[in-house]
Amino acid sequence: MNFLERINITKEILIFTAILIVVPFVLQNEFHFQLAILAMLNAMICIGLNLLMGYAGQVSLGHGAFAGLGGYIGAILTTEYQFNPLLSILSAVIFMGIFAFIISKPILKLKGHYLAMATLGIGVIINIILNVEYEITGGTDGMAVDSFILFGFELFESMHWYIVVALLLVFTLWIFDNLIKSPFGRILRSIRDSEKAADCVGINVSFYKSVVFTISVVVATIAGSLYGFFSGFISPQEASFNHSIELVVMVVLGGLGRLYGAVIGATILTVLPQLLTAFEEYETLIFGLIIIAIMIFMPKGIVSLWDKILEFKERKFAKSA
Amino acid sequence: MLKVRSVTKKFGGLVAVDNLSFDVKKGSIHSIIGPNGAGKTTLVNMLTGVYKLDSGTVFLDGGDITNIPTNRLVHRGICRTFQNLQVCDNLTVLENVLLGFDKYMSKNLLKTFFRSQKILDDEERYFQRGMHLLSLIGLEEYAHKEAKNLSYGILKRLEIIRALATGPELILLDEPVAGLNTKETQEVSELIKLLVQDDVTVILIEHDMKMVMDISDTITVMNFGQKLAEGTPQEIANNKDVIQAYLGNEGHHG
Ligand SMILES: Nc1ncnc2c1ncn2[C@@H]1O[C@H](COP(=O)(O)OP(=O)(O)OP(=O)(O)O)[C@@H](O)[C@H]1O
Ligand SMILES: [Mg+2]
Repeated sequence: MNFLERINITKEILIFTAILIVVPFVLQNEFHFQLAILAMLNAMICIGLNLLMGYAGQVSLGHGAFAGLGGYIGAILTTEYQFNPLLSILSAVIFMGIFAFIISKPILKLKGHYLAMATLGIGVIINIILNVEYEITGGTDGMAVDSFILFGFELFESMHWYIVVALLLVFTLWIFDNLIKSPFGRILRSIRDSEKAADCVGINVSFYKSVVFTISVVVATIAGSLYGFFSGFISPQEASFNHSIELVVMVVLGGLGRLYGAVIGATILTVLPQLLTAFEEYETLIFGLIIIAIMIFMPKGIVSLWDKILEFKERKFAKSA
Repeated sequence: MLKVRSVTKKFGGLVAVDNLSFDVKKGSIHSIIGPNGAGKTTLVNMLTGVYKLDSGTVFLDGGDITNIPTNRLVHRGICRTFQNLQVCDNLTVLENVLLGFDKYMSKNLLKTFFRSQKILDDEERYFQRGMHLLSLIGLEEYAHKEAKNLSYGILKRLEIIRALATGPELILLDEPVAGLNTKETQEVSELIKLLVQDDVTVILIEHDMKMVMDISDTITVMNFGQKLAEGTPQEIANNKDVIQAYLGNEGHHG
């Protein structure tokens, strides 16, 4: 095993990091930067959601709400109570982690459609609370969020945000790749395939489900709170059912159970609607058609293109050898 | 080693296992046979914590293990295979076996996230052991194939190997050779005999009478959830009630 293998630096992560380095030179204005940062934050949530959905096989229609609630907690602690932003995010993570672990026991007993309904229900409740508790949350109008000050240095310029979020995203990819390639990851995949098989070799299925659910909510919370600080504003929109569905579509479209699928799905679904605004009233229609086309021609997600490229290269290599 | 005392399981009005008692000796091959629907699989599910007993007690080496959940029984040395396959389709053959070893491997989250040496060492060590187990039954050539692409006969044997990986003292095999050809059946028989030499106790549910008669130390015959007879293969082969039960159900069993 060479050194790069030992520390699990893969071809994929090198290519992806290279792309992240090149992108800022291509981005032309403030809006582009905002879009790129939003795509990366969505990608982070999707990496966690994919671990839950794609690897452990447990669907969640509530992750938008979890990210949103986490974001609100971070925003409120800093804006209302003058917490240091890092401390706010840490508090949000601890609160949401405990919250997720507690609710996971009863809801992850459910399967398939019932699990989908339960997570959807919790998401809707969270959204209602954020709307109704306007004295704390600003209600439907949302609330302004203080800026992010890190060790006396205010994160203000988009380029700074871009660097911070990109580093965090690469780090997240790396630790999730480590997890997927470990016994822990194998256990998650076994639960997706056959809970009976996992159970019969001594795996405490409900415990692992709870842990993976909690991990995914924690990642969503980090991304959600960063979003609030970055945009300087947070509204119940972020915790809406719509956002939850978007996240699921990103994961499925990118490629269920594929680490980079989540990233590709999040990027395309964040950027595509902006590219389509030129079509004005037909925007949503075309957007829908593109998604349908992708699912028909790439049922295993967009990331399967990458497999095709590798296959093609291998075949060429085999021929020339 | 295993004492089963008056265990009963009802499904609505149907008494699937009815006040059944028997003992299994350590290091023996104890077969449980009976016509279809006799309650054999139900009994396995009761002994491995899948079903809660309506009444009765199960002792392992003197300790009460009644109604302990399946995954915890594995840590007490009990493992089983399924009559209808339970293999993880999208895992490779070797990964399925490694699952059996997972109870010995570190799953510490911090070590996992940062890929500690311990995680890699475990993986390396159990990789070797997994390959060794697979070679016991001629499956090493399939080690890196995804389970979903493989034949029933291979997966059936894979389940036994996976159960062995958990390091059981008692293993319950529910129809391990159903659907296997003669050669494969022979291999499974050999493997079971090998296990017993290692002091593993085997409870074997099987319709293949030749195999049962060949390798069993003791046979318990079930019919309608009750114990019909018990004894050595010789005794069972000559038992009138058993012959009666089987003739009466001719055409139903495999
Ligand atoms: N989960 C269940 N719910 C209701 N009835 C059940 C259930 N499982 C088994 N039964 C019934 O209990 C009886 C015993 O079934 P069991 O599967 O234990 O038989 P078996 O001896 O394993 O038969 P076979 O040789 O066909 O595998 C059958 O009448 C069956 O229909
Ligand atoms: Mg059966």
